[in-house]
Amino acid sequence: MKLNEIGNRLYTGETSVDFAGKRKLWYLISVAIIAVAAFGLLGRGLTLGIEFKGGAKFNVPSTMSVEEARKIVKNAGVDTAVIIAVGNERLEIQTPPLEQTEIDSLIAKVANDFNVDPKLITTQSVGPSWGADITRQALIGLAVFLFLVILFLTIYFEVRMAVAAIVALLHDLLITIGVYAILGFEVTPATVIGVLTILGYSLYDTVVVFDKVKENTRSITAQSRLNYREGANLALNQTLIRSINTSIVALLPVAAILIVGVGILQAGTLKDLALALFVGIAAGTYSSIFIATPLLVQLKERQPEIQALSRRVHARRSNAGLEGPEAMKVSGNTAIATQVLPAGPRTQPKRFKRSKRKK
Amino acid sequence: MSAANRARPGRLLSLLLILTIATLSWTFWPGTTQEARLGLDLRGGTQVILTPELAPGAEGTLTEDQINQTVEIIRQRVNGFGVAEAEVTVQGSGANAAIVVTVPGVNPEGITNLLKQTARLDFRAVLAAGTGIDVTTPSASPGASASPTPLPQPTELPIQAATADELFDQYLSLNCLSPGLLQGGRADDPTKYMLTCSKEGFEKFVLAPAFITGDQVADSQATLPQQGAGGWMVTLDFDSAGATKLSEASNSLSRLPSPQNRFGIVLDGLVVSAPFFSEPILGGKAQIEGSFKAEEAQQLSQVLRYGALPVTLNIAESTSISPTLGQDQLSAGLLAGAIGLGLVVLYLIIYYRALGFVAVFSLIVAAAFLWLYIVALGRTIGFTLTLAGIAGAIVAIGITADSFVVYFERIRDEIRDGKSLRVATELAWVRARRTLLAADFVSLLAAFVLYSLSVGSVRGFAFTLGLTTLIDVFVAFWFTHPLVTYFGKSKWAETGGILTGVSRKRLTSGSAILTGSDK
Repeated sequence: MKLNEIGNRLYTGETSVDFAGKRKLWYLISVAIIAVAAFGLLGRGLTLGIEFKGGAKFNVPSTMSVEEARKIVKNAGVDTAVIIAVGNERLEIQTPPLEQTEIDSLIAKVANDFNVDPKLITTQSVGPSWGADITRQALIGLAVFLFLVILFLTIYFEVRMAVAAIVALLHDLLITIGVYAILGFEVTPATVIGVLTILGYSLYDTVVVFDKVKENTRSITAQSRLNYREGANLALNQTLIRSINTSIVALLPVAAILIVGVGILQAGTLKDLALALFVGIAAGTYSSIFIATPLLVQLKERQPEIQALSRRVHARRSNAGLEGPEAMKVSGNTAIATQVLPAGPRTQPKRFKRSKRKK
Repeated sequence: MSAANRARPGRLLSLLLILTIATLSWTFWPGTTQEARLGLDLRGGTQVILTPELAPGAEGTLTEDQINQTVEIIRQRVNGFGVAEAEVTVQGSGANAAIVVTVPGVNPEGITNLLKQTARLDFRAVLAAGTGIDVTTPSASPGASASPTPLPQPTELPIQAATADELFDQYLSLNCLSPGLLQGGRADDPTKYMLTCSKEGFEKFVLAPAFITGDQVADSQATLPQQGAGGWMVTLDFDSAGATKLSEASNSLSRLPSPQNRFGIVLDGLVVSAPFFSEPILGGKAQIEGSFKAEEAQQLSQVLRYGALPVTLNIAESTSISPTLGQDQLSAGLLAGAIGLGLVVLYLIIYYRALGFVAVFSLIVAAAFLWLYIVALGRTIGFTLTLAGIAGAIVAIGITADSFVVYFERIRDEIRDGKSLRVATELAWVRARRTLLAADFVSLLAAFVLYSLSVGSVRGFAFTLGLTTLIDVFVAFWFTHPLVTYFGKSKWAETGGILTGVSRKRLTSGSAILTGSDK
């Protein structure tokens, strides 16, 4: 099995992608994506649903064309309505905020002119200040959550990991919001829920990777074969298959929601939620590998003891005459050796063979 | 291996068994409903979110007390509206409180106006009082032909007029228990006479214009008198204008015979209490005695305190969803769940083989627990399942499966390191457990913060997310882990066939170091 073998080689460090070392490249890619996102956000801005800007929304079961519907709504006295066909059998009419009496009369007129039972018309009306209220609440919630998460990650890991995880999180949020701005998707409470789930998921992914980094680098300053960057990079490679698997498993149900939301309901909660999740989970997987850990390495490499470690490792390799990629490869193997065996594997391949034969 | 020795899968499984029995008996307790409570978007209906605000001119801030009283008033209005299954809840607190009213039916006429009306509190002298039934119908006076047909019942209360005389005919025929009458919520004019009923509909009254208005009540408390006779009572303090009016009214009323010595405390157009004056009250401090229970006294004092700072309600959001659309959304949500679960199951089995089946069983156990809790919590704390909640549960399938992936990948790592399967499963558990708890803690944190700081659909989602995370933890600890332990002990799994998902050959193939054969 190909995938299987890749997994095995990644685990031993024989196959190793230099995630931590090429951080400038990853940063550049992310900065480019975020720049595009910011451009969209500042240029087009977010298309807010009526839940945020206030207004009324009517969902009418009708096969009438949008043009005909617009005439009827205009006759009913609402000039600035937006009318969207939802699938073939429903029309959605969005209007600015209306008084209750206006809503009642519009429902009556629409029911009459469209020839539908008013009981089948779904309506939603949101006051103009309510949207601002829930937006503010959501932002307060976000701030409280981020503060608590930084606190928890600082206690559980350390402050540098907390910072790296939060940067990765903000990265995911920016990209998701940017995608919404660029594609002009409507932002509804369901979208907000999706984005909030991304918070949890992005952190989950990062926690899994950092847990392995922490394990691999726990006593890294006590040796001189491997510097921090290589230790962290090995951890990334070892959890790569796991990251891919968890992302696939998380994306499968989201894909199901998306299929059903787009295919059957055409609009509404499920579609809005799944879109945000799809973009966010993809960004979350990317950021925990390409942003969070490289950033962590960068932060760690400012610490004096980590710098001292790098110098020791460098000195040792210069003495042994190893440089460049060869050093990288050996260091990968050495990491396994520090975990499993007391000595370097290249010099003692038979030990493995014997231990294997014994079992 | 100490970790392996400590693992007692039987014990862990019996813990789960106990939990299962407890949950099952909680959910299926005889005589209780066994269906999940569906939210508005899944069964159709109308939901109105109201934000309370102090009435214009009133100073101070909105207290919990005010909000609770407002909810009581709205509950009376909605229940009086004559709809079954109406429901009034508060979300958030203080300045951010929102009152959520849910009623069945699509765009019920007049519901928003009914809810929006600011409730007044007034004190009015009683002119006539009687049992709340129609005394003019033939059955009440057999043989009388004076009124061959009963007078038509009014459709709403209170009825107001410029003179009391206009009200007496209707007073006689009024039946307080005719449908839809006891809802209040109509604007009432304190300068006019009024015909209305008591809140419960047992008594009906003709009342004079208000002699004291609610804003003249300074404070009210429920107390238990020191001398201990007669149970609880309610004390009342009035401001100076109220005190003057009280002394005038009590002076004249207390000399009259019953029922004219009584006064009605009218809240939202209905009489909450109608005590009588036993003597003139001069100091602006009064007490209402009676055989009150503690709770009744507290309710009455809350009503009286409310009068000082009446609450205006703004309609923040109103949503009406037709039952057909609700049904469509429900089936779509369930379909998405089934497809999502199916895809994950397929992936887990293809990728992890026998170990994948352990994961699939765990997912099914987790899903079953989730359903049981949703039903039980719907009954006990009113948890409603919305479309956002279903979406949360579907997303949780992935997150729950993720914790199995984390565990299984660790087992494979340990096997790559050359451990025996039995040791690998235990070592991997010790390490995966920590990762799992840390990651789930973050999810719980998110759920908790969202739940306490948000309103509406986000709240339902946060609750589902928190619930599924907890279920994830105990299913992983008490079901998946012991099952994997049994699996690790089995001969078949240790021999490492390709179907086990933990085949040593597969897990070391392609790697020079671990096999040592590629040299």
